[in-house]
Amino acid sequence: MTAPAILELERGPRTPEEVDAFFAANSFPIVSGSSITFVWRGAADAVHLKHWVFGLQSSQQLARMEGTDVWHLTLQIPPASRVEYKLEVVRDGRGEWIQDPLNGNLARDPFGANSVAHGTGYDIPSWIHHDPSSAPGRYDEVHFDSKTYGRRSFGLYLPARFQRARRYPLLVVHDGHDYLRYASLRSVLDNLMGRLEVADTIVVLTSSPNRLGEYADDERHARFLTEDLIPFVERVFPLDSQPQGRCLMGASFGAVAALSAACRYPGFYGRLLLQSGSFAFTDIGSRNHRGPLFDPVVAFMNRFRDDPSAISERIFVSCGMYESLIYENRSLVPMLLATGMDVRYVEARDGHNWENWRDRLREGLSWLMPGPILHVYD
Amino acid sequence: MRTPEKKPLIRSGTVVLLGPQQTTPDVGIVLAELGISGPVALVRAGYQERESDDAALITALGVKTINLRLHARAAEVFAGDPEFARAYQERQNRLRHIQSFYRVRLDKTDDGARTIAARHIEPELLAQEDQVSVDQFRQLDLDHIRRCRALRQAFAESWPIRERPLIARHRAELAAVLSTVEALVIAGGHVAALLNRLKLFELLELAAGMPVIAWSAGAMVLTDRILLFHDYPPYGSDIAQVLDAGFELAPGIVVLPDPRRRIRMEDREGIQRFARRMAPGTCVAMEHGARVKFEGGVLVEASAMRLTATGLVEQGWTGPATQTFPPTQAAYP
Repeated sequence: MTAPAILELERGPRTPEEVDAFFAANSFPIVSGSSITFVWRGAADAVHLKHWVFGLQSSQQLARMEGTDVWHLTLQIPPASRVEYKLEVVRDGRGEWIQDPLNGNLARDPFGANSVAHGTGYDIPSWIHHDPSSAPGRYDEVHFDSKTYGRRSFGLYLPARFQRARRYPLLVVHDGHDYLRYASLRSVLDNLMGRLEVADTIVVLTSSPNRLGEYADDERHARFLTEDLIPFVERVFPLDSQPQGRCLMGASFGAVAALSAACRYPGFYGRLLLQSGSFAFTDIGSRNHRGPLFDPVVAFMNRFRDDPSAISERIFVSCGMYESLIYENRSLVPMLLATGMDVRYVEARDGHNWENWRDRLREGLSWLMPGPILHVYD
Repeated sequence: MRTPEKKPLIRSGTVVLLGPQQTTPDVGIVLAELGISGPVALVRAGYQERESDDAALITALGVKTINLRLHARAAEVFAGDPEFARAYQERQNRLRHIQSFYRVRLDKTDDGARTIAARHIEPELLAQEDQVSVDQFRQLDLDHIRRCRALRQAFAESWPIRERPLIARHRAELAAVLSTVEALVIAGGHVAALLNRLKLFELLELAAGMPVIAWSAGAMVLTDRILLFHDYPPYGSDIAQVLDAGFELAPGIVVLPDPRRRIRMEDREGIQRFARRMAPGTCVAMEHGARVKFEGGVLVEASAMRLTATGLVEQGWTGPATQTFPPTQAAYP
């Protein structure tokens, strides 16, 4: 359904003054009930909406309002959706992808930034922002020599209330530095621990120089984590060295790396947080449509799916409904449940992106590593 | 596992339970009403490392106050008696495992209850099945308390605390302090940390017969069952679970502090099921300003909210404890 504001402008008069007044009076995109209207103004041969909502046509043309330089497109988007997009402006046969100049909401990722449309009912969580009442944890970069990969570094987060005399659970975050940059991980940790929702936890943030190789069920990566990195951290810091106190987390290929490491060291990691895992598999044959990078993932997932076992105790799985991976993630959950592991699965109306992963951290971390909120009665 | 003998009750005098004291403390008024002019002994072990941040509270108490520093004393014991500390830590790990397994069983029982409740069958049979579900929760709660008691008793027999010189020294110091005070005041905080420190030094035995004023976690540990509850946890939903047995100075009630923030008060079905699960205990929701008073282990007056087995929240409940069950329950043999 076309937005009332667009209909009103269409009724005319479509003078430059009326168009100016339309832009001054609205914020963009125009969100009305379950519809979102994307608008662009300028001279062009064509304008397209480019988005990453799996299930919708990924490129859709905006219509020019006759007699104006206003382009618009209305999509029906379910409530609480979050949609990342760009606009393609075509001039002289050449298309240029741009952020929506009328929309200040941007989501950053390693490839740049996208514009973001928030559907009705989506609110940016309060706990992702810096909160002066949450004491900040301490963050350092640590270098160490590993047997597997030689010299590596990792980010180390110590909770604000850190004390040597106490023992802490450990959270290892794949692509941890990207979680810091694009998913506000530091503020999230400060706030969730400050509010007692997540246990005071020592957090190790790893990054790989070759993530698509190392994370794709590479035996060396699992060995690096389990026999090099974690023993090193355990030697230096007071950790609760039990499976219940070890959590592996990752998104996309990082989730594959976490599941793969847990499979190679069953019982060692008692908690897994798997976000939008690239859990590609085949039901017959080994060819997959995602390309050769996924071949080792498919081989791993096919093995796991043939004989799933309780490799961990508690697993939180999340995925965006607008991701192509929703099918793989949905179908994995009953298999995990059937092993007897405690599994929680959450879907969101979002895509394969960092802010989706950020928004699920409260629910995932507080369930896997609950803080004392249930025990504290002031 | 053998069933442990219940220890005899601690001799209790006046016990007053209060609602949360965070905003506008009324504990000073209560002390004045009881004619307690001080000094009093204070337990703030629920605040763990922040135990000694007691200035605001002492001002609110309005009488001379001696902080017993139970958390700091326990830390000294663990540092000075590593053999005992290791065994104690092992016991704590075991208690945590037991709690987690009990919690798994609660979840599965809850799943079963929901599945059965969704069946389209005759109401009478459904009501009977509902009662079976409630009974299963009650049995799980009971078994959990028995297991906790058994584990604690086995530990007490293997590691008699009175034979640990460091603990004995602290107990002597605590007894000396308690001999100079008029009352014991127990603040809230982390309920398990508080319970464990009180048990480690058997403080309530040392304070037997003394007036006790407590709130929030402090009130919870004085009852016979300590219930952990939160209807709005960050991970979506949770089911109330028993932590452990309390000291039974305020028997027959289940204390639920800060209910407006933690309990879905409009959820009649949830409240009804919870109240029936806790029966014959009375579920007492304690907001700021609430009071429940016991004399010699008998509830004598109250001003609080009561969660009833009909699913309603009774405002202005004045005690004593009585429960009314829906008529369908009577049909269940």
